[in-house]
Amino acid sequence: MRDTVHPDSGGYECPRIHLEIDVAEAFIYDHVRTPRGKGRSDGSLHEIPAIELATQVLAALRDRNGLDTSLLDDVILGCAQPVGEQGGNIARGAVVNAGYAHVVPGQQIHRFCASGLEAVNTAAALVMSGQANAVIGGGIECMSRTFMGADSGGWCADPGVAYRNYYAPQGIGADMIATLDGFSRTDVDAYAVQSQQRAAEAWKAGRFKKSILPIHDVLGEILLDHDEHMRPGTTLETLSTLKASFEGMGMKGGFDAVALERYPEMEAVSHVHHGGNSSGIVDGSAGVLVGSAEFGKAAGLRPRGRIKGFASIGSEPTIMLTAPADVTNKLFKRMGMTKKDIDLFEINEAFAAVVMRFMRAIGLDPAIVNVNGGAIAMGHPLGATGAMILGTLLDELERRDLETGLITLCVGNGMGTATIIERI
Amino acid sequence: MKHIRIDTDADGVAILTLDNADESVNLVSPVFVEELTEAVEQLAQDASVTGVVVTSAKKLFMAGADLKFLVGCYDNGMTKAEAYAFSQKATAMHRRMETSGKPWVAAINGAALGGGYELCLACHGRVIVDDPKAVVGLPEVKVGLLPGSGGTQRLVRLVGVERGLDLLLEGTNLAPAQALAAGLVDKIVPAAELLSAAKQWLAEHPDPVRAWDKKGFSLPETAGLLNPSAAGFFSFKAAKATTMGRNYPAPIAITSAVFEGVQLPFDRALKIESKYFAKLLTSPVARNIIRTNFINKGAAEHLAYRPANVPKSTVKKLGILGAGLMGAGIANVAAGVGIEVVLLDGTAERAAAGKAAIAANLAKDVERKRRTQASVDALLARITPTDDYALLAGADLVVEAVFEDVKVKADVTAKAEAVLPATAVFATNTSTLPITILSKASIRPDRFIGLHFFSPVERMALVEVIMGKSTSPETLAHGLDFVAQLRKTPIVVNDNRGFYTSRVFATFTHEGMAMLEEGISPARIENGARQAGMAIGPLALLDEVTLDLPLKIVDQAIADLGSSYEPPVGTNVLRRMILEAKRSSRKAGGGFYEYPAGGKKHLWPGLASVFPLAAEQPPIDEIKNRFLCVQAIETARCLEENVLMHAEDGDIGSVLGWNFPIWTGGTLSYIDTVGLESFVKTCDNLADKHGKRFRPSAWLRQRAAAGQQFLSKTKKSAAA
Repeated sequence: MRDTVHPDSGGYECPRIHLEIDVAEAFIYDHVRTPRGKGRSDGSLHEIPAIELATQVLAALRDRNGLDTSLLDDVILGCAQPVGEQGGNIARGAVVNAGYAHVVPGQQIHRFCASGLEAVNTAAALVMSGQANAVIGGGIECMSRTFMGADSGGWCADPGVAYRNYYAPQGIGADMIATLDGFSRTDVDAYAVQSQQRAAEAWKAGRFKKSILPIHDVLGEILLDHDEHMRPGTTLETLSTLKASFEGMGMKGGFDAVALERYPEMEAVSHVHHGGNSSGIVDGSAGVLVGSAEFGKAAGLRPRGRIKGFASIGSEPTIMLTAPADVTNKLFKRMGMTKKDIDLFEINEAFAAVVMRFMRAIGLDPAIVNVNGGAIAMGHPLGATGAMILGTLLDELERRDLETGLITLCVGNGMGTATIIERI
Repeated sequence: MKHIRIDTDADGVAILTLDNADESVNLVSPVFVEELTEAVEQLAQDASVTGVVVTSAKKLFMAGADLKFLVGCYDNGMTKAEAYAFSQKATAMHRRMETSGKPWVAAINGAALGGGYELCLACHGRVIVDDPKAVVGLPEVKVGLLPGSGGTQRLVRLVGVERGLDLLLEGTNLAPAQALAAGLVDKIVPAAELLSAAKQWLAEHPDPVRAWDKKGFSLPETAGLLNPSAAGFFSFKAAKATTMGRNYPAPIAITSAVFEGVQLPFDRALKIESKYFAKLLTSPVARNIIRTNFINKGAAEHLAYRPANVPKSTVKKLGILGAGLMGAGIANVAAGVGIEVVLLDGTAERAAAGKAAIAANLAKDVERKRRTQASVDALLARITPTDDYALLAGADLVVEAVFEDVKVKADVTAKAEAVLPATAVFATNTSTLPITILSKASIRPDRFIGLHFFSPVERMALVEVIMGKSTSPETLAHGLDFVAQLRKTPIVVNDNRGFYTSRVFATFTHEGMAMLEEGISPARIENGARQAGMAIGPLALLDEVTLDLPLKIVDQAIADLGSSYEPPVGTNVLRRMILEAKRSSRKAGGGFYEYPAGGKKHLWPGLASVFPLAAEQPPIDEIKNRFLCVQAIETARCLEENVLMHAEDGDIGSVLGWNFPIWTGGTLSYIDTVGLESFVKTCDNLADKHGKRFRPSAWLRQRAAAGQQFLSKTKKSAAA
């Protein structure tokens, strides 16, 4: 820090502060995720309340690492439907319920589908800025115990607001992407088949086992230890029998008309997405332990990676799901990086077309994108997914002995979030 | 009180009778609100009155608002604050009724629409006469407004948000049986028992507190977005408002008033409703819809421009030359209003086929229970198909509807006039050939006139009445009388190539084709037209009318006018589509679109190879502007050239003739709405970019400089 004389100050010595900030590094010390249970009443995790699922994640992070929880400065959980049992700041609820030291506060954040990643980013930001030594960032969503739309909001359900801003549901946005980019039904189905194949192979090879946390029931018995949404036998033929999910709301419901108002270059919306090429509805939770170097020393832990940078961005909200490429470019620019610096990519498979547009826009070899499958096969527990796929990517970088990876998700109402991680 | 009568019976029940002293119907106007406010206050304070029956001395209970007053609100620059205050005044009067501490019941003796039904809604009960004509409903959305005076709030609280909002958005009127089923009325009774039944209702329902004024009243939607199913419902309603057209502010205002209102205590809800009402009343869209579709259209139907000194005429016997689509359609409509029709064609078979087509058409109506078999039989009995000109003897009027060819028309004109009485009017149903040229074949050109019907004649209300150079005022009067007899809406224009409607309409389709040739994506062209408010895109429309038809019109003009004629901008596209791409219409297997058997039509993928896409695509607003401005400026030229004599006719012709969007009020109201000065500026910009068809004339510039409007403002009514 030094003082300088401002050239326009007329001789008066205006103290101009020049900060040379020594940015702390945010290290990743550990990561766990639950298996993803089918988000229905017959799903294995359906009997587990959301707060209990998050509690088991927090307990595991503590127990795996022999962590003195009083070293933590915060626990941040993302949740996309923070109402009912997921409401009331579920992070602090789970902190208390997990028996963490009472000095550990908790907060819940909401960036729709990127909430889990945003939670990790916020944890990293606190550490990088020197305002915290250690923070858990993660996410939770028990979709079998809430329902889509439980947390609607004025943006989509206040008719005046929705009308003014050309709101259309995200499935319509996904179909709009396919229409504008010319992805046929076969194209998006082929992508879905690949996701299933990659996920099946990854499970068979045990590539997730480092981070999977089996979930226990009231009796302490294991309820679920694997992702149960997968359909490994999926083929183009089996998918071809599925009916497009958003045609009804698009045509009869009027949302196609909204889409055409905003994108008059489309003659009509081509409805290609269905349950088989969209992310699965599941229950799940994840947590990432982020801390400074000092924290690692105090806790006796070795960092596995570092969070290099992150960003969020907004994009046109009607098509809603195109921001991953925008936020990736924004982050590359800020970091002075290019796609060549990234060894592996994880982009959330919200819908097949979202991933396909992302790969096309950035110009990526599909061989380095979602190498172990994604949410189409394994499911997308909304608020947790970001933290989950960050951990999946770290595990895979270690397994392949690669350096750098990028995680990104599309986000409701036209947003995107991305994070670049690096192995130590 | 001039328009309201109060009679109090010995049993303490007051009968409040609406009886407009100035007009044949009861209308909501400021004077009426004033008087009713006074009456309500008087009844509320009169301790001897135990309950009130509201009824009407007119055939209708109450027809709605005074439309002239509503139009005047915008025309006289009413501010939003003034509109809100006006709405709140009427709203307070209704609120006083239902909170007066005594029960009110509406004895609905005839149709109660808009403000009329709002009055009924403010009563504690509604008893209606057993008469299918006594419809009730809130059709305000159709005039670009919302049902004020608590209409939106009471209806949804009475029948539920889902059903109520649908009724509000569709503006549906319900006959008594449907109204009872939907919960809009409480009881249906024979006319003679209306008052006693209303009194009985009061006796049985003495509770003066409305459901929504009772503690704990709540609808599922009162929880707002805390109720997830309500959230989903309103999300879809926002999309529905878009499907109803984003140029129309009423549907979303109604939806918002309901969404926001049901979450609030009733008095707060009434304020919200008034605020949305004020926004709509002070927007030009409501003014445009009401002025053109109701006031000016009504005046046209009352033959506003009919020469006054000619005695009224009636056609008893009608001759129709040509039993094709148009001839048969005209015959159907004419016979439907009781006229004897001779349907003549070149052969008896063709004439009979024309009548058979009418019969087939009517059979569908019988199937759908729109007509009885007896009425159809009577109608058909009035139509005589023939190939014998002698049967035209004694006809009062003849409509010629043969092939669009000067020689063919001349031939049938001569044959018909040989047998027609000297007094008969000869009308030609040409859509493009100049009347003055056609009248040369007539031995009495003063009795020769153009009556341009639109297809399908049964459904299209407009008739473009065309004066030839020699057409006499008497003939015009008789032509107009005939149009009125058919219950159609006439506009009067002077002779000119394409008259008014065909001439201006052609600018729309040609503009679309010009855009295609410029490399604008066809989807963008079609969507731009629809976003401007046109019912259908120009390319889809051309496929329906066939590309041959406009090309034939151009070729005819070239033949008639030679080098002085400059073909319209889409001519090249027409030729290339027909000659190069060999795609001339839907009928011919495909045009700009493909029509897969059993599938949805879609733009022909080969279009891009004939008309390659430009790298740069214009913003959609520019496309919308081009479509609206090219039609508006051509209409202004028609007025300048005296093809149109009245701006009102320009509006009506555009809206009824080719579905120019009613949010604009019509082609000339559109200019008034955007402001002539701004219109001239926009057109100059468009002319710089796209050619002189957009260039305003000196005449138009002068009008702009003088601040002249095309449509005269509605005078401030004495009532206001």
